[in-house]
Amino acid sequence: MSFNNLDQLYRQVIMDHYKNPRNKGSIEDGSVTVDMNNPTCGDRIHLTINVEDGIVTDAKFDGEGCSISMSSASMMTQAIKGKEIDEALRLANVFSDMMLGKDYPEDLDLGDIEALQGVAKFPARIKCATLSWKAMEKGLQQEK
Amino acid sequence: MNAKELKKYFPILDQEVNGHPLVYLDSAATSQKPLQVIEAISDYYRTSNANVHRGVHTLGNRATDLYEGARDKVRRFINAGSTKEIIFLRGTTTALNLVAESYGRANVGEGDEIVITYMEHHSNIIPWQQLAKYTGATLKYIPMQEDGTISLEDVRATVTSNTKIVSVMMVSNVLGTINPIADITKIAHEHGAVMVVDAAQAAPHIHIDVQKLNCDFLAFSGHKMCGPTGIGVLYGKEQLLDNMEPIEFGGEMIDFVGLYESTWKELPWKFEGGTPIIAGAIGLGAAIDFLNEIGIDAIEQHEHKLASYALSTLTEISDLTIFGPKSGQDRAGVVTFNLGDVHPHDVATVLDAEGIAVRAGHHCAQPLMKWCEVSSTARASFYLYNTEEDIDRLAAGLLKTKEYFSDVF
Repeated sequence: MSFNNLDQLYRQVIMDHYKNPRNKGSIEDGSVTVDMNNPTCGDRIHLTINVEDGIVTDAKFDGEGCSISMSSASMMTQAIKGKEIDEALRLANVFSDMMLGKDYPEDLDLGDIEALQGVAKFPARIKCATLSWKAMEKGLQQEK
Repeated sequence: MNAKELKKYFPILDQEVNGHPLVYLDSAATSQKPLQVIEAISDYYRTSNANVHRGVHTLGNRATDLYEGARDKVRRFINAGSTKEIIFLRGTTTALNLVAESYGRANVGEGDEIVITYMEHHSNIIPWQQLAKYTGATLKYIPMQEDGTISLEDVRATVTSNTKIVSVMMVSNVLGTINPIADITKIAHEHGAVMVVDAAQAAPHIHIDVQKLNCDFLAFSGHKMCGPTGIGVLYGKEQLLDNMEPIEFGGEMIDFVGLYESTWKELPWKFEGGTPIIAGAIGLGAAIDFLNEIGIDAIEQHEHKLASYALSTLTEISDLTIFGPKSGQDRAGVVTFNLGDVHPHDVATVLDAEGIAVRAGHHCAQPLMKWCEVSSTARASFYLYNTEEDIDRLAAGLLKTKEYFSDVF
């Protein structure tokens, strides 16, 4: 593996989300709160989501972790805002497929999230990327 | 000793990882295995495999001799008085759990104290947490000095006449600190407590003499000392073990079984339920032969040298924070660090791309991480096959990591 491969992992847009995380913080009195950690490495996320009439109106995250886990959380919160619960959950499935290197529907516009595709080639880092998505899934399942 | 020569016995080290010659700096997690150990296990399965202590056939006798022979090698390795004091178990975690469950539940009660330190591995924390919850005893922590060492004054201030068990790691898997076990044991005994030693990181690297230490229990794992996974040892003073109840019933440990009452074998077998870990024990025996041939003192000196070299080389890298004792003489071959704001995972990924294997995470020591005020760290750990060139590669890899993330931070 060369640094070229590393560049596949650490894409510029990922580093941008890591450096300037979107939706960092916590929603007071949000409808959903999920705390999750990755016991093998100590990464942790505190996710708060607001749902009104079945639509995610706001999502914020707080936590500690590596560039992959934190940028993924930033992208995830960005992506689910304004989406219906089912749409957000579908996105979580698509993301999970992407991490497994599986095909996913091409008609979906994933935006920044697409940059995380390279993580699939680094098995040890997949759990970093999926932490916030798992938290979101858990939270929104409860709201359904 | 000549690490470069010794490297030849480890076939796994002779490979490229991600286009670079492998530099394995994760021996504190598990060590690599020399040909001598791989072959001993393979020979056993090719020529002598049978269940032990059963039947009269030749293979059974051969397997029993090899298994019990390995026990005697372990006895000599830690200078125990008798093989009755050497119990083969799955590893350090199982051994510490056995002490907590068997000795602990019988001898610790409400109002009693169990004393450990902040630097312990989870395996030497949770069994005592559980015991404290079960019995109503109090779990107390000996504080730590700024440099990651333990002062005997603090031990004296924490251990009281209510203390029934003191359990301390001999060498820290994160800081490399070598703890003064003999002195701590003395203090524990003065208060009538038993001394338990987690020697998982000590047995591979420094000489252990249980009679000199005078500890009551001592646990270690085979896989960190060139042996296979799945085998570990609990040493216990015969008189204590004799009075303890087994916690696993059936198989090897059985003496006589009635419909409603049964009796156990004598030591050490009464604690070895099921079919024993025969190949594992034989592999551990071969590992001990291998270590003895090099000399454990020579290994210890080699690691102090590598630790000193690593401390001086890595200190040159700006933004690198190193945790633990400042002198390589005061620590085993472990150097834990963080590189500026780059997360340890990211450090480990870039190093891996350079063929360098280090550990990143909390190292199964979350209370210690809290004490260090970090959520995780990167760790390079050395063993008898590592050289100064390996550390040079690590230093170069860290500089590249810094450069790689320089425009991010």
